[in-house]
Amino acid sequence: MNFRRLWAMIKARNYEFFRDRAAFGWNFLFPFLIIAGFAIIFGGNDHKDFKVGVFPCGKPEQSKTDACLPRQLAAIQQIQFVPFENQEDGLNKLKHHKIDLLLENQGPPFAYWINDTSPKGNEVEKLLIGALTPEPDRSMIRQTVIAARQIRYIDWLFPGIIGMNMMFSALYGVGYVVVRYRKNGVLKRLKATPLTAFEYLSAQMLSRLFVLIFSMVILWIGCDLIFHFTVEGSFVDLIIIFLMGSLSLIAMGLVVASRGTSEEFANGLLNFITWPMMFLSEVWFSIEGAPHWVKLFAQALPLTHLLSGARKIMNDGATLADVSLELGALAGFTLLFLSIGALLFSWNK
Amino acid sequence: MNSSPILETIHVTKRYGSLIAVNDLSLQIPSGTCFGLLGPNGAGKTTLVEIIEDIIPPSSGQVLFQGRERAAEFREKIGIMFQQTALTAFMSVYETLATFQALYPRTMEIEVLIQMCHLDEIRKQYNDKISGGQRQRLLLALALINQPDLLFLDEPSTGLDPQARRNLWDIVSHVKKEGKTIILTTHYMEEAQELCDIVAIMDHGRIIAQGSPRQLIDRYTEGVHLNLPADCEDKVPRGAGFEIKKINDRLMIQVKDINSAVQQLLAAGINLSQMGLQTPTLETVFLNLTGRKLRE
Repeated sequence: MNFRRLWAMIKARNYEFFRDRAAFGWNFLFPFLIIAGFAIIFGGNDHKDFKVGVFPCGKPEQSKTDACLPRQLAAIQQIQFVPFENQEDGLNKLKHHKIDLLLENQGPPFAYWINDTSPKGNEVEKLLIGALTPEPDRSMIRQTVIAARQIRYIDWLFPGIIGMNMMFSALYGVGYVVVRYRKNGVLKRLKATPLTAFEYLSAQMLSRLFVLIFSMVILWIGCDLIFHFTVEGSFVDLIIIFLMGSLSLIAMGLVVASRGTSEEFANGLLNFITWPMMFLSEVWFSIEGAPHWVKLFAQALPLTHLLSGARKIMNDGATLADVSLELGALAGFTLLFLSIGALLFSWNK
Repeated sequence: MNSSPILETIHVTKRYGSLIAVNDLSLQIPSGTCFGLLGPNGAGKTTLVEIIEDIIPPSSGQVLFQGRERAAEFREKIGIMFQQTALTAFMSVYETLATFQALYPRTMEIEVLIQMCHLDEIRKQYNDKISGGQRQRLLLALALINQPDLLFLDEPSTGLDPQARRNLWDIVSHVKKEGKTIILTTHYMEEAQELCDIVAIMDHGRIIAQGSPRQLIDRYTEGVHLNLPADCEDKVPRGAGFEIKKINDRLMIQVKDINSAVQQLLAAGINLSQMGLQTPTLETVFLNLTGRKLRE
């Protein structure tokens, strides 16, 4: 390993990243916009999961809806009630999945309609039946959630967005870029120098690692100023888990980068890798209720372990010892992908 | 010029499936010469050079550098200017030179290179913001940065305008004077005639002729070509050793002895004020050897 050559390659790659203003700006703006968007949508306490139409309710103006509602339903926070003048209007919206259930405000008993093909129809039906059943007749007693600190959705989501950003940056920043270099002859030119493949790949890895951690820190500070995240665990532990996660994702990018001169194929391959990883690694939502094989498959993805470890540290105050399983998995992935990438790497094709 | 070969290929063959790009080719390149590989597109020039450069492996055969198999140090002793090379984006000319300088143990001063290759005015410009000629000069500077013993120039002036091409040739001539060995591939006969001490003409993966440009012209061409307006056709004496072809509105006449030919034409009452004279070139050599033009 010649460190002078390594440093020259790291510098060259970083020049490219930091000077490409459009890509550089988007690298920060994209995750920030996503977080800001989700904060606006899910951040308040008035988030509604279901839409229930109510008729007859005069003109469809929100201010009049409360007056049309049965008293027992007005307090349900998860439901947004939509007023309709008549049944026909309501059924039309129900048919087109604009609402999840249609309720006639003439009861008890209250008549209602659901769309059999609507997945949320059955859920909101149960919610309404529960709310309209008199308390003495209920078989379950409401339980209060006890928590020292409430974990906001944005607190849960934030590590996911950071992780997703790292995943895209690592895979495209290494995988796609190296394939492009191979296609346009940059790699061929470098092969004609004393630079070794090991030095070149190490430089790609280290420069991207710097970029990822730099981006994460900037993004973190920027978002924290606005959303005030609480980190229960240690920041150092958090940095370590993100470092390990970044290494595994970059190593994965090196596997993609190891062969090929087709940017189209590389793009397709990267989509094939990133999309399932984005959904199965719990970036956006938990897969707690998913089939066992889905959860098992998710364990084979480095982003799963990165996010699991980061959320444990950030939300639950876990230590490095608590996330040793995640750290071990990430180290294992890094070694595995690096070995495959180095084995397959070609300067020319 | 040192006559001992700096580089030697022994029975080198390169196959791509059923296609034989380089066919059992052996050659020796003397140290300190400018060796030109001339041939049409698809002749196998670039493949042969990339085998020699150790960019691609041969299917069979051997390449020796300074009498030995090429070792890791080979890359430190050669400089390459590829036909098609992209440079890292968002880096200035100076930064690109500095990056490549860091890859070699023995290097030239960047300022010396900048002066030699006329890069001073563009030293702060990004690689993707420079003209074709400037780009070729930068690529040449990168090939020279490690003070190579052997310099490869693959189609160095392709796509350049005449002035930019002349500028590049001047720099290469300067490098030649320093005694470096150059392997130049080109399909521009003027470039080969201008720069090369030895020219090998390649076709279908083989070398079909080799020698100095003068030797090749003397060996494979005969006489000179005169051309006259087509309306002189009736006056040109027949059976006087002239080979006559009518091309467009000109008569092309191949003659062995120009002095005797001119006397015969004047004697036949032909006005020679519109006569054109064309001496044979490497293009003629190639045409005579293969029946095809170099840039077909």
